[in-house]
Amino acid sequence: MRASILKQNRFLIASVQGSMSDADLVELRDELASGVRRHRSTGVIIDVTMLDVMDSFAARTLRGVAQMVRLLGAECIVVGIQPEVAFSMVQLGLTLEGMTTALDLEDGLDALEAGVSGQGNLL
Amino acid sequence: MTDPGEVVVPIRADVDVVVARQKIRGLVSDLRFSGNELTLIATAISEVARNIVSYAGNGEIVMRVIQRGQRRGITVVARDRGPGIADIERAMKDGFSTSRGLGLGLPGSKRLMDEFELVSEVGKGTEITMTKWER
Repeated sequence: MRASILKQNRFLIASVQGSMSDADLVELRDELASGVRRHRSTGVIIDVTMLDVMDSFAARTLRGVAQMVRLLGAECIVVGIQPEVAFSMVQLGLTLEGMTTALDLEDGLDALEAGVSGQGNLL
Repeated sequence: MTDPGEVVVPIRADVDVVVARQKIRGLVSDLRFSGNELTLIATAISEVARNIVSYAGNGEIVMRVIQRGQRRGITVVARDRGPGIADIERAMKDGFSTSRGLGLGLPGSKRLMDEFELVSEVGKGTEITMTKWER
Protein backbone atom coordinates (compact mmCIF):
# COMPACT_ATOMS: atom_id res chain seq x y z
CA MET A 1 0.00 0.00 0.00
CA ARG A 2 1.25 3.47 -0.82
CA ALA A 3 0.31 4.93 2.52
CA SER A 4 1.77 4.39 5.95
CA ILE A 5 -0.28 4.20 9.11
CA LEU A 6 1.26 5.23 12.38
CA LYS A 7 -0.28 4.70 15.78
CA GLN A 8 0.16 7.53 18.23
CA ASN A 9 -1.56 6.95 21.56
CA ARG A 10 -5.25 6.65 20.71
CA PHE A 11 -4.90 8.16 17.27
CA LEU A 12 -4.04 6.67 13.92
CA ILE A 13 -2.15 8.84 11.48
CA ALA A 14 -2.21 7.80 7.84
CA SER A 15 0.23 9.49 5.49
CA VAL A 16 -0.78 9.25 1.88
CA GLN A 17 1.96 9.04 -0.76
CA GLY A 18 2.25 11.18 -3.89
CA SER A 19 0.01 9.18 -6.13
CA MET A 20 -2.56 6.71 -4.93
CA SER A 21 -4.31 4.34 -7.28
CA ASP A 22 -7.94 3.48 -6.65
CA ALA A 23 -6.87 0.16 -5.19
CA ASP A 24 -4.43 1.93 -2.84
CA LEU A 25 -7.21 4.20 -1.61
CA VAL A 26 -9.58 1.31 -1.00
CA GLU A 27 -6.85 -0.57 0.85
CA LEU A 28 -6.19 2.48 3.01
CA ARG A 29 -9.88 2.65 3.87
CA ASP A 30 -9.96 -1.00 4.92
CA GLU A 31 -6.71 -0.76 6.89
CA LEU A 32 -7.98 2.26 8.80
CA ALA A 33 -11.29 0.65 9.60
CA SER A 34 -9.64 -2.47 10.98
CA GLY A 35 -6.95 -0.37 12.69
CA VAL A 36 -9.52 1.70 14.59
CA ARG A 37 -11.12 -1.46 15.87
CA ARG A 38 -7.87 -3.21 16.76
CA HIS A 39 -6.29 -0.26 18.55
CA ARG A 40 -9.53 1.18 19.96
CA SER A 41 -8.55 4.47 18.36
CA THR A 42 -10.61 7.56 19.05
CA GLY A 43 -9.27 9.59 16.17
CA VAL A 44 -7.89 9.17 12.67
CA ILE A 45 -5.87 11.69 10.72
CA ILE A 46 -5.39 11.31 6.99
CA ASP A 47 -2.47 13.43 5.87
CA VAL A 48 -2.74 14.22 2.15
CA THR A 49 0.11 16.75 2.02
CA MET A 50 1.93 14.63 -0.57
CA LEU A 51 -1.11 13.75 -2.67
CA ASP A 52 -0.76 15.05 -6.25
CA VAL A 53 -4.39 14.98 -7.29
CA MET A 54 -7.69 14.73 -5.44
CA ASP A 55 -10.12 13.54 -8.07
CA SER A 56 -13.72 12.45 -7.64
CA PHE A 57 -12.82 8.87 -6.75
CA ALA A 58 -10.29 9.94 -4.11
CA ALA A 59 -12.76 12.41 -2.61
CA ARG A 60 -15.51 9.80 -2.55
CA THR A 61 -13.24 7.23 -0.92
CA LEU A 62 -12.03 9.67 1.75
CA ARG A 63 -15.63 10.58 2.50
CA GLY A 64 -16.34 6.89 2.89
CA VAL A 65 -13.39 6.48 5.26
CA ALA A 66 -14.61 9.37 7.40
CA GLN A 67 -18.12 7.91 7.59
CA MET A 68 -16.86 4.43 8.45
CA VAL A 69 -14.48 5.71 11.10
CA ARG A 70 -17.26 7.79 12.65
CA LEU A 71 -19.59 4.80 12.76
CA LEU A 72 -16.91 2.98 14.69
CA GLY A 73 -16.96 5.77 17.27
CA ALA A 74 -13.82 7.66 16.26
CA GLU A 75 -13.30 11.02 14.59
CA CYS A 76 -11.59 11.51 11.24
CA ILE A 77 -9.73 14.59 10.05
CA VAL A 78 -8.17 15.14 6.63
CA VAL A 79 -5.13 17.39 6.84
CA GLY A 80 -2.67 18.93 4.43
CA ILE A 81 -4.79 19.57 1.32
CA GLN A 82 -2.43 21.67 -0.79
CA PRO A 83 -3.68 25.02 -2.15
CA GLU A 84 -3.47 23.89 -5.80
CA VAL A 85 -5.28 20.66 -4.98
CA ALA A 86 -7.99 22.66 -3.17
CA PHE A 87 -8.28 24.98 -6.19
CA SER A 88 -8.70 22.04 -8.50
CA MET A 89 -11.28 20.40 -6.22
CA VAL A 90 -13.37 23.57 -6.25
CA GLN A 91 -13.25 23.76 -10.06
CA LEU A 92 -14.18 20.12 -10.33
CA GLY A 93 -17.09 20.68 -7.98
CA LEU A 94 -15.86 18.41 -5.22
CA THR A 95 -16.78 18.99 -1.65
CA LEU A 96 -15.78 16.97 1.37
CA GLU A 97 -19.19 17.43 2.92
CA GLY A 98 -19.46 16.20 6.45
CA MET A 99 -15.72 15.89 6.74
CA THR A 100 -13.44 17.74 9.08
CA THR A 101 -10.30 19.21 7.58
CA ALA A 102 -7.34 20.99 9.11
CA LEU A 103 -4.41 22.89 7.67
CA ASP A 104 -1.72 20.40 8.65
CA LEU A 105 -0.89 17.50 10.93
CA GLU A 106 -0.21 19.75 13.91
CA ASP A 107 -3.60 21.46 13.67
CA GLY A 108 -5.28 18.13 13.08
CA LEU A 109 -3.78 16.64 16.22
CA ASP A 110 -4.75 19.74 18.20
CA ALA A 111 -8.32 19.42 16.94
CA LEU A 112 -8.52 15.74 17.84
CA GLU A 113 -7.08 16.35 21.29
CA ALA A 114 -9.46 19.23 21.93
CA GLY A 115 -12.40 17.20 20.68
CA VAL A 116 -11.77 14.01 22.56
CA SER A 117 -10.79 15.52 25.91
CA GLY A 118 -12.76 14.05 28.79
CA GLN A 119 -15.67 12.15 27.36
CA GLY A 120 -15.12 10.60 24.03
CA ASN A 121 -15.36 12.32 20.71
CA LEU A 122 -17.20 15.60 20.79
CA LEU A 123 -15.61 17.01 17.66
CA MET B 1 4.21 8.99 -34.68
CA THR B 2 6.39 9.27 -31.63
CA ASP B 3 7.52 12.86 -31.63
CA PRO B 4 8.91 14.13 -28.32
CA GLY B 5 5.88 16.36 -27.82
CA GLU B 6 3.51 13.42 -27.62
CA VAL B 7 2.94 10.77 -24.99
CA VAL B 8 0.62 7.78 -25.29
CA VAL B 9 -0.47 5.96 -22.16
CA PRO B 10 -2.44 2.72 -22.54
CA ILE B 11 -5.21 2.56 -19.95
CA ARG B 12 -6.07 -0.95 -18.77
CA ALA B 13 -6.24 -0.73 -14.97
CA ASP B 14 -6.52 1.79 -12.17
CA VAL B 15 -2.73 2.11 -11.85
CA ASP B 16 -2.60 3.46 -15.41
CA VAL B 17 -4.78 6.38 -14.27
CA VAL B 18 -1.92 7.39 -11.99
CA VAL B 19 0.67 6.85 -14.76
CA ALA B 20 -1.29 9.10 -17.14
CA ARG B 21 -1.54 11.99 -14.72
CA GLN B 22 2.14 11.72 -13.81
CA LYS B 23 3.30 11.76 -17.44
CA ILE B 24 1.68 15.11 -18.07
CA ARG B 25 4.05 16.91 -15.70
CA GLY B 26 7.11 15.85 -17.69
CA LEU B 27 5.48 16.65 -21.02
CA VAL B 28 4.56 20.23 -20.19
CA SER B 29 7.64 21.09 -18.12
CA ASP B 30 8.79 23.80 -20.55
CA LEU B 31 5.34 25.27 -21.09
CA ARG B 32 4.22 28.22 -19.02
CA PHE B 33 1.76 26.48 -16.76
CA SER B 34 1.46 27.38 -13.10
CA GLY B 35 1.36 24.74 -10.41
CA ASN B 36 -2.37 25.37 -10.14
CA GLU B 37 -2.90 24.77 -13.85
CA LEU B 38 -0.77 21.63 -13.82
CA THR B 39 -2.89 20.20 -11.03
CA LEU B 40 -6.08 21.11 -12.93
CA ILE B 41 -4.83 19.29 -16.03
CA ALA B 42 -3.65 16.27 -14.01
CA THR B 43 -7.04 16.09 -12.28
CA ALA B 44 -8.94 16.24 -15.59
CA ILE B 45 -6.72 13.46 -16.98
CA SER B 46 -7.38 11.40 -13.87
CA GLU B 47 -11.14 11.74 -14.38
CA VAL B 48 -11.24 10.83 -18.08
CA ALA B 49 -8.74 7.99 -17.60
CA ARG B 50 -10.87 6.57 -14.82
CA ASN B 51 -13.92 6.74 -17.04
CA ILE B 52 -12.07 4.47 -19.48
CA VAL B 53 -11.31 1.96 -16.71
CA SER B 54 -14.83 2.09 -15.27
CA TYR B 55 -16.87 1.94 -18.45
CA ALA B 56 -14.72 0.59 -21.29
CA GLY B 57 -12.15 -1.54 -19.50
CA ASN B 58 -9.34 -0.32 -21.68
CA GLY B 59 -8.33 2.44 -24.01
CA GLU B 60 -5.64 5.07 -24.24
CA ILE B 61 -4.72 8.59 -23.32
CA VAL B 62 -2.76 10.63 -25.81
CA MET B 63 -1.20 13.88 -24.67
CA ARG B 64 0.49 16.29 -27.01
CA VAL B 65 1.90 19.78 -26.98
CA ILE B 66 0.17 21.95 -29.56
CA GLN B 67 0.69 25.42 -30.95
CA ARG B 68 -1.79 27.90 -32.42
CA GLY B 69 -0.02 31.05 -33.51
CA GLN B 70 2.21 32.09 -30.63
CA ARG B 71 0.16 30.21 -28.12
CA ARG B 72 1.11 26.79 -26.89
CA GLY B 73 -1.08 24.37 -25.09
CA ILE B 74 -1.64 20.77 -24.24
CA THR B 75 -4.25 18.54 -25.81
CA VAL B 76 -5.37 15.37 -24.11
CA VAL B 77 -7.31 12.73 -26.01
CA ALA B 78 -9.00 9.92 -24.10
CA ARG B 79 -10.13 7.17 -26.42
CA ASP B 80 -11.82 3.83 -25.91
CA ARG B 81 -13.82 1.25 -27.80
CA GLY B 82 -16.20 0.73 -24.93
CA PRO B 83 -20.00 0.78 -24.85
CA GLY B 84 -20.23 4.49 -25.67
CA ILE B 85 -22.45 7.04 -24.00
CA ALA B 86 -26.14 6.85 -24.89
CA ASP B 87 -27.16 10.21 -23.47
CA ILE B 88 -24.27 12.66 -23.74
CA GLU B 89 -26.30 15.60 -22.50
CA ARG B 90 -27.08 13.72 -19.33
CA ALA B 91 -23.51 12.48 -18.90
CA MET B 92 -22.36 16.09 -18.97
CA LYS B 93 -24.66 17.03 -16.09
CA ASP B 94 -23.27 17.28 -12.57
CA GLY B 95 -24.28 14.39 -10.39
CA PHE B 96 -25.14 11.92 -13.11
CA SER B 97 -23.31 8.62 -12.91
CA THR B 98 -24.05 5.08 -13.99
CA SER B 99 -21.16 3.62 -12.01
CA ARG B 100 -19.49 4.21 -8.67
CA GLY B 101 -18.48 7.81 -9.31
CA LEU B 102 -19.78 11.09 -7.99
CA GLY B 103 -20.96 12.01 -11.46
CA LEU B 104 -18.58 14.94 -11.59
CA GLY B 105 -15.99 13.38 -13.88
CA LEU B 106 -17.08 14.67 -17.28
CA PRO B 107 -18.69 18.01 -16.41
CA GLY B 108 -15.91 18.60 -13.87
CA SER B 109 -13.18 17.90 -16.41
CA LYS B 110 -14.81 20.33 -18.80
CA ARG B 111 -14.61 23.02 -16.14
CA LEU B 112 -10.94 22.26 -15.50
CA MET B 113 -9.88 22.64 -19.14
CA ASP B 114 -10.29 25.44 -21.73
CA GLU B 115 -11.76 23.29 -24.49
CA PHE B 116 -13.63 20.03 -24.22
CA GLU B 117 -15.21 17.90 -26.89
CA LEU B 118 -16.91 14.58 -26.45
CA VAL B 119 -17.73 12.26 -29.34
CA SER B 120 -19.39 8.97 -28.57
CA GLU B 121 -21.28 6.32 -30.39
CA VAL B 122 -23.16 3.53 -28.64
CA GLY B 123 -21.44 0.22 -29.23
CA LYS B 124 -18.40 1.87 -30.81
CA GLY B 125 -16.68 3.87 -28.14
CA THR B 126 -15.94 7.31 -26.79
CA GLU B 127 -13.38 9.95 -27.59
CA ILE B 128 -12.82 13.00 -25.44
CA THR B 129 -10.52 15.76 -26.64
CA MET B 130 -9.64 18.50 -24.20
CA THR B 131 -7.16 21.35 -24.35
CA LYS B 132 -5.58 23.78 -21.95
CA TRP B 133 -3.74 26.86 -23.26
CA GLU B 134 -0.85 28.69 -21.73
CA ARG B 135 -1.97 31.97 -20.19
